[in-house]
Amino acid sequence: MALNDLEAPSHRSAFGALAAVLLGVAIFWAFGLQQALSADEPPSGSSFDPALVSKGAQLAAIGNCAACHTAPHGKPFAGGRALRTPFGTIYGTNITPDPDTGIGQWSQADFLRAMHDGVDRRGRHLYPAFPYDHFTRVTDEDVDAIYAFLMTRDLVRAETPRNELAFPLNIRATVGIWKLLYFRRGVFQPAPSENAQWNRGAYLAEGLAHCAACHTPRNFLGAEKKRLDFTGGESAGWHAPALNAASSAPSPWTADRLFAYLRQGMDDVHDAAAGPMAQVVHNLSQVPEEDVRAIALYVASLGGGQTPQRRASVSGVDTQAVERGAAIYAGACASCHDMGRQVLGGALELSLSTSVAMPAPGNLIRIIREGFVPADGEKGPWMPGFAGALTDRQLTDLVIYLRAHVGEKPAWDGVAGEVEKAARNKSRE
Amino acid sequence: MITLNVNGQPRQVDADPATPLLYVLRDHLELNGAKFGCGVGQCGACTVMVDGEAIFSCITPVSVLRDRQIKTIEGLGTIDNPGPLQRAFIEEQAAQCGYCIAGMIMRAQALLEKNPSASEAEIRETLSPNLCRCGTHMRILRAVGRAARAMQNTSTGNTKGSDP
Repeated sequence: MALNDLEAPSHRSAFGALAAVLLGVAIFWAFGLQQALSADEPPSGSSFDPALVSKGAQLAAIGNCAACHTAPHGKPFAGGRALRTPFGTIYGTNITPDPDTGIGQWSQADFLRAMHDGVDRRGRHLYPAFPYDHFTRVTDEDVDAIYAFLMTRDLVRAETPRNELAFPLNIRATVGIWKLLYFRRGVFQPAPSENAQWNRGAYLAEGLAHCAACHTPRNFLGAEKKRLDFTGGESAGWHAPALNAASSAPSPWTADRLFAYLRQGMDDVHDAAAGPMAQVVHNLSQVPEEDVRAIALYVASLGGGQTPQRRASVSGVDTQAVERGAAIYAGACASCHDMGRQVLGGALELSLSTSVAMPAPGNLIRIIREGFVPADGEKGPWMPGFAGALTDRQLTDLVIYLRAHVGEKPAWDGVAGEVEKAARNKSRE
Repeated sequence: MITLNVNGQPRQVDADPATPLLYVLRDHLELNGAKFGCGVGQCGACTVMVDGEAIFSCITPVSVLRDRQIKTIEGLGTIDNPGPLQRAFIEEQAAQCGYCIAGMIMRAQALLEKNPSASEAEIRETLSPNLCRCGTHMRILRAVGRAARAMQNTSTGNTKGSDP
């Protein structure tokens, strides 16, 4: 993978890279388009084997397809969800079998090529917001099952909004260059030293479930930094915590704990599933247990077992803020968080919280402001939000207190600024 | 002693700073509109407004409310002169047992003060933290819609009910 070493070490080279991209656009224009596929007629919905369709439904849930391909309050898989990226806004496409606005005219081979090569039916490159860098490892049989599932969904006529990307990224040929730098077509290679369950988990987690898409940091061109695999990334403004030994979670994950978390969104010694992870949990609560156990086994194995609790000495803390924060905790938080999870309504003891122990305060601030609210009609962890109840100053004090005295970690920089930012972002929604 | 500003008036309260606002409203100030439902901010019966935002008073300690404006349903109007939301709830007969209604109205009030032209979708979304077990949701939605229209028709001067 020598080409991966082209990854720029810092943002300073962004200008140079941009120039290279512009030059590359011209050079690779010819390579940027691939042939449209054969004029295979797509099969009619009724011709699919029901067993294949139901296998596809479970795989689509593991792949979390609906998250990007369904708009808020929209029809399932009809597209239109806005994905905000550093490069602009990309809209999840309509993948219902509508012939004009969906994938109704796509043959099985077209769909397989999209999943494995990131190319649409007309031969245009797909943006890597569609994680074909992971889906390329999904077997043909599994892709065919997902195809059968999607082609038997309710047909929805819904034009996907145009992407709002800056030049030159609005030209799809640029994706050809990106692929040359970062995309490796390939099949999943099982590790012979591991058992079948572990390999099943690795296959799902690295491929269809595309865990690393959020849990790995990305470089300035939006590609996963492979050398930092699973060290924590970002999704929808949330920090997706590290899944490997870099994790700041006070308690290491075991396969059993992670299995329970992936099914229910909660665990006795970790934060509840927040942000985009809530939908992942909702999906995984509905797929075969053995697949979730396999994913849990594999991901827990990344953590390197019993990591030592990292308790750095506390210094440079604003003691007055801590005092004020302690009073707020006593009134607003303690009634649930000090009674233990075993009790009905009892909440996590916050010394065990991953968010309190994270490198930055963003997640903790968002959780306190917004709480946990399951999506309409879905079950999930629940906590009231305190955005209106606490002023920015009070929230800042509370976060400083939690970090210093509950998490016993060195103070975060710029908590007040992060709190203001969260308030601004919320009011803009 | 803590001084709270409730419905535009300073009120002196002798309470532990960690006491939830709901208890102070009901037990110390005899403002019994806000109700105790679940006690953990899960049902919305205790909803009041603080600085224009709807909050769960059962999980908000009075210690965080110094120098802030608290508004309860008693601040929206009187029996003789109900505020626009109260009037609309009466006209639509939106209460059955009534236990959730003060909280519903206060959350709707916070919304309509910010956005009197809120759509039905926005009203539904905003009221979703507040539960009603009788099932008068459709009437509640109609009442909030009615109040919104009434507020828009009123001249800009009196869109916030009859604040003292």
